[in-house]
Formats: sequence, structure tokens, C-alpha cells
Amino acid sequence: MIKDITLGQYFPGNSVVHRMDARFKLVITMLFIVMLFIGSNTIALEVGFVFTAMAYLCSSIPVKLIAKSMKPILPILALTTILNLFMITSGMPLFQWKFIAITDEAVETSVFMIVRILLLIAGTSLLTYTTSPVALTDAIERLLSPLKRFKLPVSELAMMMTIALRFIPTLIEETDKIMSAQKARGADMDGGKLKDKVKAVIPIIIPLFVSAVRRAGELATAMECRCYRGGEGRTRMRQLKSGAADYVSLAITVFFLAAVIFINAID
Amino acid sequence: MTILKTENLNYVYSQGTPFEKTAVRNVNLEIEKGEFVGIIGHTGSGKSTLIQHFNGLLRPFSGKIYLDGKDIWADKSQIRQVRFRVGLVFQYPEYQIFEETVYRDIAFGPKNMGLSEQETDRRVRATAERVGIPSDMLEKSPFELSGGEKRRVAIAGVMAMEPEILILDEPTAGLDPKGRELILNQIKEYHKTMGCTVLLVSHSMEDVARYASKLLVMNRAEVFCFDSTAEVFRRSAEIEKIGLSVPQIIRVFNILREKGIDIADDVYTVKYAKEKILEYMKSGGKLQ
Amino acid sequence: MEAFAKAEKLDFRYSDDDRLVLSGLDISFEEGEFTAVLGHNGCGKSTLAKHMNAILLPSGGAVYIDGIDTKDEDKIFDIRQKVGMVFQNPDNQIVASIVEEDVAFALENLGVEPSEIRRRVDEALKAVNMYEYRNHAPHQLSGGQKQRVAIAGIIAMRPKCIVMDEPTAMLDPVGRKEVMATVKRLNEEYGITIILITHYMEEAAKCRRVIVMDKGKILLDDTPSEVFSQVELMKSVGLDVPQVTELVYELNKSGLKLDTHIITEEECADALIELLS
Repeated sequence: MIKDITLGQYFPGNSVVHRMDARFKLVITMLFIVMLFIGSNTIALEVGFVFTAMAYLCSSIPVKLIAKSMKPILPILALTTILNLFMITSGMPLFQWKFIAITDEAVETSVFMIVRILLLIAGTSLLTYTTSPVALTDAIERLLSPLKRFKLPVSELAMMMTIALRFIPTLIEETDKIMSAQKARGADMDGGKLKDKVKAVIPIIIPLFVSAVRRAGELATAMECRCYRGGEGRTRMRQLKSGAADYVSLAITVFFLAAVIFINAID
Repeated sequence: MTILKTENLNYVYSQGTPFEKTAVRNVNLEIEKGEFVGIIGHTGSGKSTLIQHFNGLLRPFSGKIYLDGKDIWADKSQIRQVRFRVGLVFQYPEYQIFEETVYRDIAFGPKNMGLSEQETDRRVRATAERVGIPSDMLEKSPFELSGGEKRRVAIAGVMAMEPEILILDEPTAGLDPKGRELILNQIKEYHKTMGCTVLLVSHSMEDVARYASKLLVMNRAEVFCFDSTAEVFRRSAEIEKIGLSVPQIIRVFNILREKGIDIADDVYTVKYAKEKILEYMKSGGKLQ
Repeated sequence: MEAFAKAEKLDFRYSDDDRLVLSGLDISFEEGEFTAVLGHNGCGKSTLAKHMNAILLPSGGAVYIDGIDTKDEDKIFDIRQKVGMVFQNPDNQIVASIVEEDVAFALENLGVEPSEIRRRVDEALKAVNMYEYRNHAPHQLSGGQKQRVAIAGIIAMRPKCIVMDEPTAMLDPVGRKEVMATVKRLNEEYGITIILITHYMEEAAKCRRVIVMDKGKILLDDTPSEVFSQVELMKSVGLDVPQVTELVYELNKSGLKLDTHIITEEECADALIELLS
């Protein structure tokens, strides 16, 4: 069911990674992405793998979860693999049938891409697994805060993100409820043709939209009652504090990134 | 005649995960045609899960449900037919309204049943009248109505399917006393004129005491008891022990009996209480 | 003593050509009072509630909170800090996805120092018995728990008064008890003035003062036993009375002479014992 989505979910804990400053985690994740994408050979990828493994070891997140987060991207993975296998024609053919040929280079590239995407998902998932959405929003708000000078409403955007995050579970639950209610009125949700399917969505989308508008109105009043007046003059309870672990982690990341650049260069 | 029967019904949520929870355990029920059954129990006692089995929205983990003697899951492709025969009104049903006019929203169910234009029209108008929706309101947008009116439109939407069994999950939640009364009377009216079976889930003991002839008490996923309203409330001490309340009147009569006054132990409505007290006084010679 | 909150000849309409939702309403609340407000849907009670913290402003007349006119725009945040509001749907007043972050929301808006916010948030969560849930997400909580979080979010501002607009309407009996016990404690231990709008007569029966509204006016303003003794009037404005009060009323209609001020089970049982033995 739609309730089972785990991608982007937060698993509270007390590991080193959990306790790290969200800003550092965000920056490190970005460096990690760069690391994966500039790494152009197997050794560079191995470095990326070691880095991800280390991060997971420090986070006490069960490996089972990584597998679970991979599930939704399997179709994309399969598609890229198939495209890679058949589109790359250089190298030694390993298999040939009429005009379709699979070469050793194609296999190599496919495996390379699979590992790269898996590492990418595993690494970025670790950020959301170990960082509460609130902390993440905070981090984004603070990393972007220099942009306030250019009249970008950074704290308002962050508030929007906070509210969106807060209401995702509520709206998912509501969708479930509305679907059941319409099914009880005989709505056919698994109707065959595309036209029927589109029609079947209307009795769900409209109530959901109406309810979201009503919730928004009530929430706005409740926020006013609690003295909300935009980002100006607002303080935050949770202060993001960076400590030794953050700087050390950042240093390690920079070192790994340098290593990948170096490996690329000598290749 | 039994219209709805369950046999060893079990349902488990999130099976195989750490959140695994048995919501319904070994439920065996037989509900007679034409009965008005009140269903009570805590949030999480399994009552909402149970009623969603009755119209095939949930499929039992094990066990069987018989509608008119036929296993509803015997032919999976016919499950929609079951939903037409067993109408289910969810909590806060006004949040499922989506059509442009009240008329079209009430007609949604009958249309899904594949009824003819005339039959749909007849049902919409008959139901609207039954639940007190004036005919000029039928052409209005449902979103302009007051909360109580919207609720009545939504309930009418299920009633218009003219189900043999009508199940309502807390139809009066969040309404004011007058709104509560209106809706309950309409349900009673539907029960009487259609001769159908009604299952009413409610947190209000006073309401079920007034309308239901039988009570089903759910506790921790199991049937705690299923008996006539008087019999169930006779066990008020046990009911209170599982954390449910009983109508004020019952508690007053319990005190009276504790204090040695020999008065009926099956009183659960104000009307009946009045009769019993006057009767007691007459027999005691206190009233000339 | 000067009343803490006061409405004088309060008129309100949503727009100029609309009907009056509140008309010529006079009411005042003393500090530390616990008042229930009853009335059918559309009688204007929620509208009155929203005047207590300047969410709505009077079309005519005035509302004073702790001596401040709610029309004074410079003082609007002072007023909202003094008078907090809790609404019916607990889901639609929780802003953040972590309990303690939500409780901190108002204080963050007010620009309070982080360490002070921390202290007050913990204090507020303890006051509603939700401290151990401080790191939970709202959707993991029951309705009663969510509503208590919403209350904590208000008391973190240290208001003098909390206006509650049907806070128990969407809760099950267990949640209702939790919330009512919390509200009662806030009134008794912290001296917070409570204005409770409700449809549950048994909740109103426990308050010290009950106000009945009808058609934008105050119809009754008295102790619960005086208010509920007027069974016919209450029913005529679409309200109810406790079952025991109704029983007494019905018995009296049959010629008995029981005290019509009975509103609790014990009072009713005592009167009946006297009658029957």
C-alpha cells in the first residue's frame, strides 16, 4: 500500500552520524555525489564504495533497510542496464544474435552504472535515514541564508517545506480513507481502460483537494494564534552545533574526493 | 433469518513486520435480518476493521463471511455486488463528497450499480426526502452546505443504493446535539421504512441505548459480548471494567440497587427509567 | 476586580451586507475562571472565540483583553500571547513533524532565546504529560495525545487564558477524558482562565459557569445547575441536558416535586433514594 513508502524516511538513533550537524551531512552528501560522478574507473568506484560502507558502519542503520530503499528504483535500474547492454557496441562481442550484440565493454559499463546508482541511492538515503526532516529543513534554511540578501524568502520556503513534510502522512492516510469510502459506494478503482482509470481518479482527487484547502485554512488560523509573522525576528529552539566529528568527517570526505580525482588523473 | 454471518474471522495488519497487529480475532457472529445493532468498543478494539469486512473492503486473513448464506469471497469478481448490498458509511462521510450538485453526489452510488436513469432518479429523490434534504437543495453545490447538511447528503449517497444492510461508523461525530438527533432519527426512519438491517458504530452509549435493540461490544480485537441491549447493560460492571462507559441512567440505577432499593436492573433509557420509578412508587403505595 | 477579558456591545458581520453573527453581545471573564460555552452550530460561539485573541476584530463595540483593546494593532502579539486558542481538529494545528519542535513554534515566532525555548518547551510538555513523546511524529499519536500537544504549544507561550473551540469533538471517550483532565489541571494548578466551547453537556456540567448562546447573543449565563434546570429552554435552542436532569424533569411532569437543579448521578441517586425508600 501507499503507506509502505520508506524512501526518505527517518529512523531515529543515537549514532555518530545521527548526531552530526545536518549542514555538514548535507555538504558531505553533495561532495559524495560529486565523488561518484567524477569517478570514471573501477578503482574510483571502489573508493566510493569504501566511503559508503564506512558511513553505514558509523550509522548503525541495518543493511536490510538499504535493500528496502533500493526497491522503488529497480525498474529504472533495469531500464538503464538494458539500454547500456544493447546500445554500447564497442569492444569484444560476447554474444551475438542477428543484429543484437552484447560486448564486454557493454557488460562492464552496465555493471559500473548499476554499482554507481546503487551507491548513490545508498549514500543519499543515509542522509534522510539519519537526519530528521526538521533538521534537514533547518540545514537547508541555514545553508541558503546568505541568499536572503538577494530577497529570496529563505525562511518562508523552509516553513513551507516543514509544513509539507508534516502533512504528507496525514494526506496519505486521508487518501486511503477516501479511496475506501468511494469503493464502498461502488466506485471501480481497477477499471480497465485508461479513460475509466482517469474517471475513477476524480472522486478521490476532488475530496482530497477540498480537504487540503480546508486544512490549510485551519492551519493558517492556528499559526496566527501562535504569533506567526513570517521569518523576521524568528529564533530557533534547535541550534545546529558543529563539533569535532563534523570537521573530521568533512576532512575525510575531502580526502576521499581528492583520492578519486587523483585516481582519475593517473588513469 | 440470518442475513450476515461470520465464521472464525481473523485479520492481521502489517503481517511479518515489527508492527504486526491482530485487529480482529476469531469473530463468530450471526446478525438477523431487520435488526438494529449498536457496535461499541474503544478506538483500536477492532470495530472499524470488522465492519470493513462486512462489505468486502477488507479480505479476511482467515475465516469466512456469509451474506444471505453465500460466502462473499466465493467469487472475487462479484465483490462489488456485495458492496451494493452492504452499504458502509465511513466516519466524517462529508469528506468524500465530490460532485458539482447534491443530486449528482447522491446519484454516484446508484449510477455505479448500473441502474437506469429513471430508477436512479427515483432513488435519489426518495432518499433525499427520507433524510430531510429539500428538493431545491438538490441542485445546489454540496460545498455550500453547512456541516450537518453535508453529512446528511453523504449518508443519503449510501442510502440511495438501498442496501439490505446499512453500516454507519460514528455518523454523529463532531455534530451538535440537534444535528446528532436529526441524523439518528433519519437512520431509524430508514431502518423502519426499508426494513433493512442497521449496524451503528458509536462512542455514545446514550445513542446506542436509545436506538439499538442489540449490542455488539468489541474489546482487544475480540467480541466481548453480543446480546440484547438490556442484557448487555445488565453487565454494566464488566463493561466499565474494560474501560467503556455506560449511560448515566444505568449508573444511577446501580446506585439505587446498591442502596437496597429493589428496582429493575435492565433500565438504560430515560423513558424506561421514568416508567420504572413511577411503577415502583405505585407498588410501594407512595403515589395515590 | 477588573475582568480579564471583556466584550462590550460586540457586533460582528463577515462583510457589510451580511447578517450579524454577533449582535450587541456583552460578556466578561474573570481571571482563573472555568467557563463552558454552549450553543448549536452557527450560534456564533466560534466567532466569539476568535474575537478573544484578535483573529477577528469587532464590526461594532469592542473587546478588551487585560485592558488592551483588540483593535490596537501594535499590541496584537501581546494579546495572542495572553490568550491562546485550541481548535477542534488536532491535525490541523500541529505545524512541525516532531512534537517538541511544534511546541516550540510559538516561542520561535516570538523570538525567545533558544535556551529559554528549550526550558519552556520541556515545562509545557510535562504540564500536559506528553514529555516522553517529545521526539515522536504527530501521526504516531492518538487524537487525545495530539490535542494535548496542541495545548502544550499554547501553554509554552505562558498565556493567562486558553480559549478552546470544541477541543474534544473529534476524540474518542478516552481522548476526551485525557484532554478534560489536562484542561482542569491547567486551570486549578496554573490558574489559567479556561473558556471551553463544547457540545458535550457532561463536560459543561463540570464547569463552574455555563454560557448559552443563541443567534449571536448570550441567552443564559449562570452555574451549570441553574442552566440545565431550564430543560425546555435548552431543548428549544437545540441543546441537550444531562440524562439525570432530563429524568428529573420527566418525573416532575408526572407530578413529582424533585429538585430541578440535579445535574450529577450522585445528586439524582440521593434524591431518588429519598423518594423511594
